[in-house]
Parts: sequence; structure tokens; C-alpha cells
Amino acid sequence: MHWLARQLLRLVVVLFCVTLVTFVIVNILPGDIAIVILGTLATPQDIAGLRADLGLDRPMLVRYFDWLGSALSGDLGRSYRNGEPVAQAIADRLPVSLELMILAQLVALGIAVPVALLSARKPGGFFDRLSASAAFGFLAMPNFMLGIVLIYLFSVTFDLLPATGFSPLSDGLWDNLESMILPALTLGLVEWTVLMRVLRADLLTTLKEDFILLARAKGLPPWRVLMLHALRPSSFTLITILGLNIGGLIGGAVIVEQIFALPGVGRLLLGGIFNRDLILVQGTVSFIAAAFVIINFLVDMLYAVLDPRVRHVRFRS
Amino acid sequence: MSASAAKPVVAGAPVAGRKFRLRWSLVLPLGWLLLVVVLAITADWIGLPDPAAQELILRRKPPSAQFLLGTDNLGRDMLSRVIYGARTSLIVGICAPFLGFLIGGAIGMSAGYFRGKVDLLAVGFIDILLAFPALVLALTFTAYLGQSLFNVTLALGILSIPAAARVSRANTLAWANRDFVLAARTIGASNWRILTREILPNLLPPMFAFWLVAISVIIVAEGALSFLGLGIPAPQPSWGGMIADGREALDVAPHTALIPAAVMFITVLSLNFVGDIVRNMVDPRRSAL
Repeated sequence: MHWLARQLLRLVVVLFCVTLVTFVIVNILPGDIAIVILGTLATPQDIAGLRADLGLDRPMLVRYFDWLGSALSGDLGRSYRNGEPVAQAIADRLPVSLELMILAQLVALGIAVPVALLSARKPGGFFDRLSASAAFGFLAMPNFMLGIVLIYLFSVTFDLLPATGFSPLSDGLWDNLESMILPALTLGLVEWTVLMRVLRADLLTTLKEDFILLARAKGLPPWRVLMLHALRPSSFTLITILGLNIGGLIGGAVIVEQIFALPGVGRLLLGGIFNRDLILVQGTVSFIAAAFVIINFLVDMLYAVLDPRVRHVRFRS
Repeated sequence: MSASAAKPVVAGAPVAGRKFRLRWSLVLPLGWLLLVVVLAITADWIGLPDPAAQELILRRKPPSAQFLLGTDNLGRDMLSRVIYGARTSLIVGICAPFLGFLIGGAIGMSAGYFRGKVDLLAVGFIDILLAFPALVLALTFTAYLGQSLFNVTLALGILSIPAAARVSRANTLAWANRDFVLAARTIGASNWRILTREILPNLLPPMFAFWLVAISVIIVAEGALSFLGLGIPAPQPSWGGMIADGREALDVAPHTALIPAAVMFITVLSLNFVGDIVRNMVDPRRSAL
């Protein structure tokens, strides 16, 4: 368990650095929050008073450790704009972002796995070439472009789904899902290409193994060999990529939430940036980065648990 | 199945190998890229209307003889804006990765060559940059730096440091153990000379291939920033900004969003095609023998 301790230590160091870097970047943002709040007609005394109230007159490092101390107990400060506790604001919006990302991941996997299986069945065949071209095309389609095209197709032209807006689960499951279909598609259709390519490549490697030959020799039909014998041992890289892609997924979620006006963490962050709400930006960026680091850490661990060979190669050396 | 499985199939590569396919998949993208580059460079001299000139009476006009690609929400000529937008995309797309590669390349080379503490420090630095989701870091940087063409380039340049550092570090690690480097050291060459004369030339081909890929990634990233309203400030045209503007009138004037989207798509697709072919040529593991 020596490697686990080392990895945990590394995790703590990275988390510390990430929050510190965020704090430094955010706090040298030009534009004095006191002037933003009080307006340009405020007297210098008023501004100085408000800065003192907000604690902005103290050295940056002091403020950082202050912030870190409260952050560790779950208090990320209060928004400069409306006094809302930042932790509460994030907690309120997190379910929307999580739902979006999970649905998008389901869309991506729902396309990637069958397509990879069908492609690997006959490498170089018609379907394989078709899917490779499709993946290449989708790879060149960023989510903000795809979102616009989907809105144009499904909301404007055919009027099937709402273009923007969010219905919470309390409005009923169907209303909620209806408002999430286009956002999830926008995010998922960008993701599936990478997953498909990785899984297809691993499937091709697995299919060369002796146990596949044995399964075939026993006379099992090809789809059974693919689904029951080849898929599971081929999915290790897929799991890693799922973890690594979380970063892209989070960035994508920020854009998609903005396009479809979903009240998620990404829109909270954008609003904070536009309003120069430092404490809100600091809180959300730190939260996102910390979540990202921890997820990557867990994926690494999961990978090691699933495949004992990795443990030795990756962590002992 | 066994017959087709025996054929060497390269994972993820576009269908290549057949002569006429390879030719078309190279000529079309290269032709498009050439067109975009030439138009972006000569935009000032080919008699285009001012991309910022508004003509509110003529807003949201569909493509016609007078306005080949129509007009946008403020009655500005779309063709002119798309071409000037290409200039923006190209400046950011070419300069930002170049900047990142200059800094990241130097970091990666020193890390791979000196190893030990330098390596540990460099890898730590890269790990921290990578600990942020890329777009969130870009947003934070542009919010801090302020919106301008230069600052967007700088922010996206910083973002490309980790990738560049990784490529150059991995390649330096491989080359630094070669006999010719040992030979250079035996005749008393300095570290600087070994790095610049022996190792650097070998890093250029993989770095170049990677740079091509980075251009399309950065063009998309610039588009995303401008789309969110945190990239190139108005009225300077940018494809991402144009798509965002057009989004508001998707029901009455879809061309205002779909045209810049299509232009961006074709450009990124072309870059990916060319990048893939160059990468296949540079990477011996992926090239067909």
C-alpha cells in the first residue's frame, strides 16, 4: 500500500497548488470589485471602507490562507454581488451539471460501444470505413457549433424540442429530460469519437488473443465472441479515457450550459467572470479543478484495481 | 474474418493506402486551406467592404448578388466578416501554439535531458497546468488578462505549454540516450551545444506534426472563447463570435450562424486531414511500410 500513500500525498500537493494558482490569477484580475459594487460615483473613502470590509486591503497570501482555512470547512465565502454563499450556489447548480454530464456520457457510450463492436467485427470493411469517416467529421465539430446546428434542426426546423431553458425534475421526469436531450446530445456527440476509436483499437488487439481463437474454435457465433469474450478485456483503456475526458467534458458543459441556458456550475462561473465576482470565480474554479483532480485520481486507482499488471508498472517504478 | 484480421489495420487512421483516395483527401483540404490563408492575407486589397460597417436597413439579408453570403444582425457583410474572421483564427491558431511550443518545448527538453530535479520540477509544473480543465483555465486567464487579440493568443499559448512539453520531453528522453549524443559528449560538447545541435533537430519533425494538430485545436478554442463573449472583442470579426451573434436569429436568418459554422468546420476538418497525413509520415510506428 506504499504507492497509495504516495499517490495521496501527491493528490494533496496538487490540490494545494491548484487552489493557490487560482487564487493568484483571480486576485490580480484588473477592475476593483469595490468600484464595481459602489459605482463610479463613490468617494475614495467609501471605496477604501468597502475594501476593508471585504478584507481586500490585506496581503494576498494572508487572504489565501484565510480562504483555504474556511474552504476546508466547506465555507467558500459569500458572493460579492448578492451575498449568496458560494458553496450553496455551487451545491444548487451542481445537480444540473452532473445530470448533463452523465446523460452526455451515456449518449457517447451508447454510440461508441456498438459502433466500435460493429467496426471491429470486420476491420477495413464498409461499416468500419464509414464509422471512421463519421468519427473524423465529428472530431472537427466543436460543441458550440454542434449545439447551434442541433437547435436549428430540432427546434427551429422541426419544432420537436425546446431550444433553451431548463425544467427541474420537480416539473416531471419527461419535462426535465426534454430540456436535457439537446444539451446531452451536443456534449455526447463530440465525445463518442474518441471512445469509439480507443475501444475499436483495443478490441482488435484482444481479438488476436488465443482465448478468442479458442472461443471461435468452439463454434461460438461471432457476435457472442465479441460481446461476451472480447468486450470486457478490451475496456480498460476506455475507462481511463473516460476519466481523462472529464476535463473536456467539464469545459464542454460550460459552453453547453451557456448555449441552452441551463442553470449549472458552468453558467455560474461565466456569470462570476462577467460580473468580476472574484470570490465566486475563486470558489467555482477551485471546486471544478479539485473535482477534476480527484476524479482523475480515482480513475487511476480504479484502473489499478481492475488490472493488477498496471499496479506494478505504474506505481512501483 | 480471419482473412481481414490479418491485414495490418492502423487504429484510428483514416482510410488511406489506395492511391486515388489519398490524393483527394490531400488535395481538397490543402486547396481549402490555401484559399483561406490567401484570402486572410489579402483581405485588405481585394475590395471587400469594411467588416465593421453597419447598414441596419439591410440587416439579416440572405445571400444575394450584392452580399454573396448575406448580412448579419447589424447589416454587416458576412463574406467580409468571414474572411477577416479567418485572419483572426489564423493569427491565434498559428501564434498561440508557436508560443506554447517555444516555452513548453524548452521546458520539455530541459526536463528530458537533465532529468533528476529539473524533470521533477517540470513535470510538477505541467501537472498543475493540466489539473485545470483547459477551457476553465482559458476563461480564467482571459478574464484576468482582458479581452484582446494579443491576450487571447497569450492565454491559449499558455494552454498549449503542457502538450508541447510532454511531446518534447518524451522525444528528448529517447534521443538523449543515443550513441551520437554520447559521441558529442565525449568530444567535449557543451550541454547547450548538444541540446541545440544534436537533439533539437530530431525534435522538429514530431513537434511540427503536433503543431499542425494544435492549430486546429486552438482555432476551436478561440472560437469557444469568442462564442462565450470572452475572446476577441467586438467589432473585430471572429468565427466563434459570429456563430454566437447568429444564434439569436436562428429562426429568421439561420445563415448568420450556419455560414461561419460551416466555414469553421471545413477549415478544422481540412487541418485534421493534413495533420493526420503528416503525423503518419513522421511517426514511424503509424506509417505504412
